[in-house]
This record gives sequence, structure tokens and C-alpha cells, in this order.
Amino acid sequence: MSATAVVPSATVRFRAGSVTRASERRERIAKAALFAMTALMVIPLAVIVAHLIYEAWPALSVDFLLTSPKHGMRAGGIWPALLGTLYLVLGSLLISTPIGVLAAVFLNEYAGDNWFTRLVNLAVVNLAGVPSIVHALFGLGAFVLFAGIGKSILAASLTLAIMTLPVIIASTKQALAAVPVQFREACWNVGATRWQTIRHVVMPNAVTGMLTGVILEVSRAAGETAPIMFTGAVFFKAIRGGDVFAYHPLDQCMALSMHLFTISTQVPDVPKAIPYATAVVLLGTVLAVNALSIGLRVWLRSQKKW
Amino acid sequence: MIDEEVLPQPVSRRPRRRYWHTAGEAVIEAVIRLCGISAIVFVFAIFFFVFREGAGALSGAHFSVREFFTSIEWYPTSESRVRYGALALIAGTGAVTGLAMAIAVPFGIGAAVFISEFCGPRLKEPLKVIVEMLAAIPSVVWGFIGLSVMNPVIMDIFGAPIGLTVLNGGIIVALMSVPIIVSISEDALKAVPDTYREAAIALGATRWQIVRRVLMPAARNGLLAAALLGVGRAVGETMAVLMATGHAVKLPTGPLDSARTLTATIAAELGEAPLNSEHYRVLFLIGVLLFSITFAVNLAADLVVRGVRSR
Repeated sequence: MSATAVVPSATVRFRAGSVTRASERRERIAKAALFAMTALMVIPLAVIVAHLIYEAWPALSVDFLLTSPKHGMRAGGIWPALLGTLYLVLGSLLISTPIGVLAAVFLNEYAGDNWFTRLVNLAVVNLAGVPSIVHALFGLGAFVLFAGIGKSILAASLTLAIMTLPVIIASTKQALAAVPVQFREACWNVGATRWQTIRHVVMPNAVTGMLTGVILEVSRAAGETAPIMFTGAVFFKAIRGGDVFAYHPLDQCMALSMHLFTISTQVPDVPKAIPYATAVVLLGTVLAVNALSIGLRVWLRSQKKW
Repeated sequence: MIDEEVLPQPVSRRPRRRYWHTAGEAVIEAVIRLCGISAIVFVFAIFFFVFREGAGALSGAHFSVREFFTSIEWYPTSESRVRYGALALIAGTGAVTGLAMAIAVPFGIGAAVFISEFCGPRLKEPLKVIVEMLAAIPSVVWGFIGLSVMNPVIMDIFGAPIGLTVLNGGIIVALMSVPIIVSISEDALKAVPDTYREAAIALGATRWQIVRRVLMPAARNGLLAAALLGVGRAVGETMAVLMATGHAVKLPTGPLDSARTLTATIAAELGEAPLNSEHYRVLFLIGVLLFSITFAVNLAADLVVRGVRSR
């Protein structure tokens, strides 16, 4: 039987030719297979998160967050690591946000469509592709040794800042590009300079989009381990639990990601729940920050007036 | 020429820019241009500083480039004879990357096809969010998962003496590089004009036929670029492979062998190598090698994508 069926299509006007049973069957098989492939990618996330939380449950508490590790990291909490990560993230944010935003302004507002712009874009893509351990070597060679900063929060923040620069540039560029050209033209027509236009018209209209990029940068910087391993993070540093101003920018510090690495590979006989709980705190922070960024983007799309 | 006095006096004078506005404009533009080229500066600086630290090893007493690429004997701290043969490390990186890509490329492209062509809008957005979440998981958490979740699972299933193997690392790195493959592939599929799809539908093609005969050929370059970026990601991955592949410096012969990658070697040994020793410098040279590999891969991906655009 040669079935003449209506092909599921966007435009009903198109009538189908002959769709054989075989091709319809293949269609169903392909759809099921592709769905399975997608599911196999998505399911691990759910299973892993559930498993981590299940194993971490006994150790998770507010106390765990606010106390220092004790007994050679076999007991106690993660406060110094949590605080260190906060310092590193804020430090890298302070450095990379202005540079990244201005670089994106250059690429979107000033640069023409020429070989030089292509070169800059290529450099951004390549910077994003540099392995994190090479960033660590660079941070060690350039900031710790050459610049003489020494292993410190500052050196580690600088390393993280350069590593996360492409994230900010890419998202800010996108946010700026979404502002219609007519807005700029209107502003130029009343006599504003280029920078005045950018400052008072383009940026206010792009600020939420830029914010999503900054938030993504936070999540990226918080999770990295390799770049800070040799530039400022240490295995252990004793500070008072709950003390927010415990680190000086030229101190070395603990960091959540590094702490997870340490207690899961370097320290024997750690009670099972502690590394799991550390992993859950790190993962939870990063995913929550990401969810915030995604939520902001969804909200932004619903608010869009042009 | 117009006589000035004939013209009526303007109601208000056209406002003139203050001097410091003009000067400020020039300054801010200079700053913006400086930030604009920062990416180029940083890429060069990374290469320069890493090479600067490592260059000393090239003339070192125990280092030879030939041995580095052809010998599997990596004994940087040997008392009797120091040897820097990185072949086993290169093979380790190759094995993990190869296995990861064998999993991630088909799955990533399959998922991208499903997300962009088969599923409805209600499923599409959540799936994209989940892919983004998958990309956000820190590599040290992946490493921890490999170490404490996958390790016993692999030992159970395959009866292997240890689960920290190329297989473990490969699966972890595959999961890590899938998101970038999905998102770039999806962009590539989205870039195929809808008229192609409509024309195929008009000829009576099923969706699967459209995907295979129309979209795949049309988006070929974009899909290739996605795979290349995945390779770049896999080669550079550090913490996850450090924790999940075991620490054996040997040529891996199968997926159940332990191995060690270039990245993991730097991460594991740099802390113990004395500053400015030959060992320390050789580790920086490995960094130069890694930088060169990922640079070449990213450049290739960019050229492939550009090929699409110029067509």
C-alpha cells in the first residue's frame, strides 16, 4: 500500500509525496535513538547530583560551613576554603569585568569588519581554549615569579581573571549587539559623542545581559582548581571559623575546589561524608549561580520590548 | 559666502563640547582600544611566559627533544639516570581524548539533532538549560565523581583490579565535553536555512531523511568544528583526568589500563619539582606542547567555521 500521508510539517500547504512504511519506521527509530542519546546525557546529571547529596547528607550543616577543618582535615568544616573561594572569585571579578566589558565594547562598537577584528576574535576564542593547567603555568611564571607578587590571593585572582576573560567578553558582546542600532543613531543625532552614547544609551540597555556574563564568570572562577594550585591556594591554612576578614590579598588561602582535591586524594582516612559534603557545597554554589544567570536571561527575554 | 548679519540671531547658541569632554573622549577610546587588544596580548603573554620558564630545559643536561617524543621512560627524579621520555604521557592524553571523543561526538551531535529538529519547544528549553548545567560542573567535582562513584562501578562491572582507568577518565571527559559539542552543533544546524527543510518536506522527506540527506551535509563544517572544540577541551582537561585515570606512566594497551596524561603530569609534579630545576623546566615545556596542540585545534575549528560563513 502506498500511503499518501501528510508529512508533519511547518507549512501545511506542502503535500507529501509517497512516504513508505519503511521510511516512517526509520523515522520512529531515529527519533527514539536520538531521544535516548539525549537522555543518556541528561540522566547522569540527575543521578550524580542525587547520589552526591545522599552521601553528603550526614555531614551537611550550617556548622560544617562555618567551622575550620580539624584533626588533619578529618573532621570539622570548610570555612577557610569557602572564604578563600569568595576572595578569589571577587578578586578575579574586579580584574576581569572592566577589561572584559571594555574589550567587548571595542569589538562591538568600535572595531570595523576587518582582519584586525578577526584577529582579536580569534585570540578570544583561543584564550578560551587554553588548558587550565597552562593558565596555571602562566600565572606561576608571570605573576608569581616574574612580577614578584609571590604565591598569593592576588596572583591567583589575576590568573583566574585572564582565564575567565573570554566568558565576559563573549556574553557582553552579545548583550551589546542586542541593542538596536537605531538607539545609537538617535543618540548621535542629538550630538552625543561615541562614548556618551555607549555610556548613557547602549550600556543601560545591555546591563542585564552583561550581568548574566558576570554571573557565569563567577561560576567558572569558583570551580577552577588547576590555575590556583600553584599560584595561591594552599592545602591548609588556619583561620578563625566565621571570620570574614581573615585573609590579606597577599596571603595564600584555601579554596573549595582545591580542598575537595586535597581531602579526596591527599589525606588518608577522611570520613566518607566530608568530601561528599564539600563536593555538594561546591557543586551547589556553582549550579545555583548558573541557575541565577539562566533565570536572569529568561526574565530578560520576557521583558524585551524591541 | 553668507553675510553673518543678515541671518537672524539663533534663539540659543548651539552647545559646544567642553574641552575636557573631547579630551576625555580620546582617553576613553584609547583605554577601550587597549582592552580590545588585551586578548591578543594575553595569548602571546601566555606563550611567552610559559616558554620563557621552559626554554632552559632545551639545553639541559638530561633533556633531548628526540627522547621526549620517542621514549616512554619518564624518570624525572631518578637517582641514577634522569630521563624525560614523554611518549607514554602523550599516549595517555591520546587514549583518554580518543575514547572521550568516540563517546562524546556521536552523543553530542545526536543530542543536538534531537534538540534542534525533533523535540517540541516545551522540551527544548529545559534540555538546553540542562546542557548548560552540565557544562558548569567544575572539573574537580567530575574528578571526585570518577574517583568515588565510577571507580567502584568499573571494578564491579569489569572485575578490574582498579577502576581508575582510561575508561573512567574517558567517560568523565566525554561528559565534560558533550555540552560544548551540543551547543556548537546546534548552532550549526540552526544556521541551515529553513528553506532547505521546507524544500525537502515538499519532496516528501521524513524528518530523519531531512537530517541525514539535507542537514548533515549542509552543516558538515559546523559539526566538524564542534568535534574539534571537543577535542581541544578533552586534551586540556586537567583535574578530572588527574583524579580519574590512575597514575601509571605506561603506554595504555586497552581501556582498562591506568594511564597518565600530559596535563595530569604537570599538576601532579610541579608542586614537588624544585624551582628552576631541569624537571621544573621540562614541565613547562609540556605546557608549551599543550598550548601548541590546543592552539592548533582551536585555529583549525575557527578556519572550518569561517569556511562555512564565506560560502
